[in-house]
Amino acid sequence: MSKTDPDAPKRLALIASKGTLDWAYPPFILATAAAAMDWEVGVFFTFYGLTLLQHDIEAEVTPLGNPAMPMKMPFGPEGFQNFNWPIPQAAMSIPGFNSVATGLMKQTFKNKGVAAVGELRDVAVELGVDLIGCQMTMDVFGFGRDDFISGCEIGGAATFLEYAADAEVSLFV
Amino acid sequence: MNTIQADSELDCSGMLCPMPVVRTSQAIKKLEVGQVLKMIATDPGAPPDMEAWSRQTGHELLQSVEEDGAYVFHFRCTK
Repeated sequence: MSKTDPDAPKRLALIASKGTLDWAYPPFILATAAAAMDWEVGVFFTFYGLTLLQHDIEAEVTPLGNPAMPMKMPFGPEGFQNFNWPIPQAAMSIPGFNSVATGLMKQTFKNKGVAAVGELRDVAVELGVDLIGCQMTMDVFGFGRDDFISGCEIGGAATFLEYAADAEVSLFV
Repeated sequence: MNTIQADSELDCSGMLCPMPVVRTSQAIKKLEVGQVLKMIATDPGAPPDMEAWSRQTGHELLQSVEEDGAYVFHFRCTK
């Protein structure tokens, strides 16, 4: 996937290596924004990032070990919504806490007008972004081709590097 | 203030980054060269982002104004 045409559009090459809800956003936001600017975009999904190519994105988020994450309530008066709740780290290890934190973040994002990760992925596919799943990660974690959406391809490090060699912008997320 | 005649209008009110840029890109592809798209956004990040989008795509930003807490853009389709 080298660029041979000198008039080819700009190219963005991204590596998406994380599978939590918070880190699912940056690669899809950058990919869709670049594609909207008529850039050519390829995203290589590796390690935990590979789970973002599954049919249903089940990405969760937790403030445990993630101290910069604000804990906000997505309902009530504005002052209440903007308050950052001090949750003790020990409470974050209670079963079900991840689901609660994930639900709160999803609702906050929705209230503010941020698209869901799944919607951004649909837009990325629609805009022609190349989504590449990492074969090695599939082998390691026991994923099959059918676990992933049809709009993606499968490749390895050499595939990505050849693509990235001709990219104006290349980022690891 | 707003005297530019638009051929098409897009309302991105309430949307945050990157959706105004994405929707504008999709909307302008439906226009002919020379036609004008009016876009309304409420995201305070929209003015710098739409200027960057215009520079990157070449679609000309004719006007960018703030009206009653909303940002109104006019773009001329160039390709």
